[in-house]
Amino acid sequence: MFWQFLVAVIVVASWQSLVAMKLLDPFFVSRPSAIAARIATWTIDGTLWRHLIVTIEESLLGLIVGAALGISLGFGFARAPAVARVFDPYIKMLNAVPRVVLAPLFLLWFGLGIWSKVALAVTLVFFVMFFNTYQGVRDADRVLIDNVRMLGASERQLVRHVLIPSALTWIFSSLQTSLGFAMVGAVVGEYLGATRGLGYVISQAEGTFDTTGVFAGMTVLAVVVVIVSVGVSRLERWLLRWKS
Amino acid sequence: MLELDRVTRAFATPDGGTYCTLRDISLKVGSGAFVALVGPSGCGKSTLLNIVAGLLRPTSGRVRVGDEELAGLNRRATYMFQQDALLPWKDVRDNVALGLVLAGRTRADANRSADEWLARVGLTAFASHYPSQLSGGMRKRVAMAQNWIIDRDILLMDEPFSALDVHTRQRMETELLALWEAPRSAESFMVGRAFQAIRKTILFVTHDLEEAIALADDVVVLSAGPASHIVARHPVALERPRDLLELRTSAAFIDLYRTLWAVLREEVIKSQRERSRA
Repeated sequence: MFWQFLVAVIVVASWQSLVAMKLLDPFFVSRPSAIAARIATWTIDGTLWRHLIVTIEESLLGLIVGAALGISLGFGFARAPAVARVFDPYIKMLNAVPRVVLAPLFLLWFGLGIWSKVALAVTLVFFVMFFNTYQGVRDADRVLIDNVRMLGASERQLVRHVLIPSALTWIFSSLQTSLGFAMVGAVVGEYLGATRGLGYVISQAEGTFDTTGVFAGMTVLAVVVVIVSVGVSRLERWLLRWKS
Repeated sequence: MLELDRVTRAFATPDGGTYCTLRDISLKVGSGAFVALVGPSGCGKSTLLNIVAGLLRPTSGRVRVGDEELAGLNRRATYMFQQDALLPWKDVRDNVALGLVLAGRTRADANRSADEWLARVGLTAFASHYPSQLSGGMRKRVAMAQNWIIDRDILLMDEPFSALDVHTRQRMETELLALWEAPRSAESFMVGRAFQAIRKTILFVTHDLEEAIALADDVVVLSAGPASHIVARHPVALERPRDLLELRTSAAFIDLYRTLWAVLREEVIKSQRERSRA
């Protein structure tokens, strides 16, 4: 923990002093004190919360919808290998599409509001959840399945007591990645066309060569991601507590 | 109780041929008998057990359980696997109670029975632990309780103790015999079956001849694979209850060991020759 802080202190201090010594031009890289001041202003006048709330809302919705679709489809495919074989190339093709090119389409379809961003987040989260669920169900230990069947499990009970928990371990361990992807989807979507959100703030700042604004937006985003990921790893540890 | 009639099992090999693991296995196991199957590794012992469990279908031949021909899973048997088969995400109590929960008993009712069984196998203090927090011997005890709690007539065991160290293993063998010899719960009589054997019928697979003789009423020797068949069946006329700590040095035990080893030895040598050729 101490060393982690030390790294941050050294980076910020040298950034600040290099600018002060005129070795770096603040027009291009701004300076930490200005960025901090900007964040403080935003916090006080409410700008920060207004935009942050939107970004978080989009990310969460993207995560929930993407997870719901990915988990149910992954489960279905794992249980019906014949169907999975037919759709396999299509899934791979869709996953290969760079999401950025989808953003303008989604803007057209879902408008400037939150739903075009949610859709972008969904396309990212879906595949992570889909592949993990599929793998988790397919990888369920043969012996566990046999044992539970011998103990009298019906097909439904087998799904409930073995297949779902087995897939959940994979899904939980990918939660971190999924959440990151959901935020990326939301921010990229805002960046390319929105009226609110952190991505929008950053793109506005860029439009006026306001590097301080860009860095301030990035910093807020980074802090949020760190806080969320600490929360998620706590949750993951609790959910997978049986894995000592 | 159990009858195998010319059971043969072949598998398709990757190169398009067939590989026959078991050929013409005919075997009768009486109600309440403890029969051990020994044979060199890779002789298809586990395959045979899987067929009796109904997890695998024989290529030809029939399996009868009680008065009925086996079709699908064997609902009169439970199966103790060689590998750990406890659900890692359920704690010890939930693992033991699983069979009852699956049968539709209420959670509270199932937990009460599970706690009784945990007391019987000496794991009351570990009820809320997860399998990953237990030693190998403890996990085997949980598996025994999990199998015993639903009290089926037949127990299939596939080298259940082979992963344990010698002393733990001997303790588990003793506990197994104690459970088997103890009267079965009153509960099983309440199910209302016309006839209920006092003891479970056990089919116990092992590659360890000592273990087989120490535990079983009958030792069946399987030949080296492929196309394994039964080469000998020998009754074990040792008194019960058996003291496993003393038994292994008794004259009767050593005699039996010599007789059976003479048969098994040939098969072990054959299987080693087979493997070095492959």
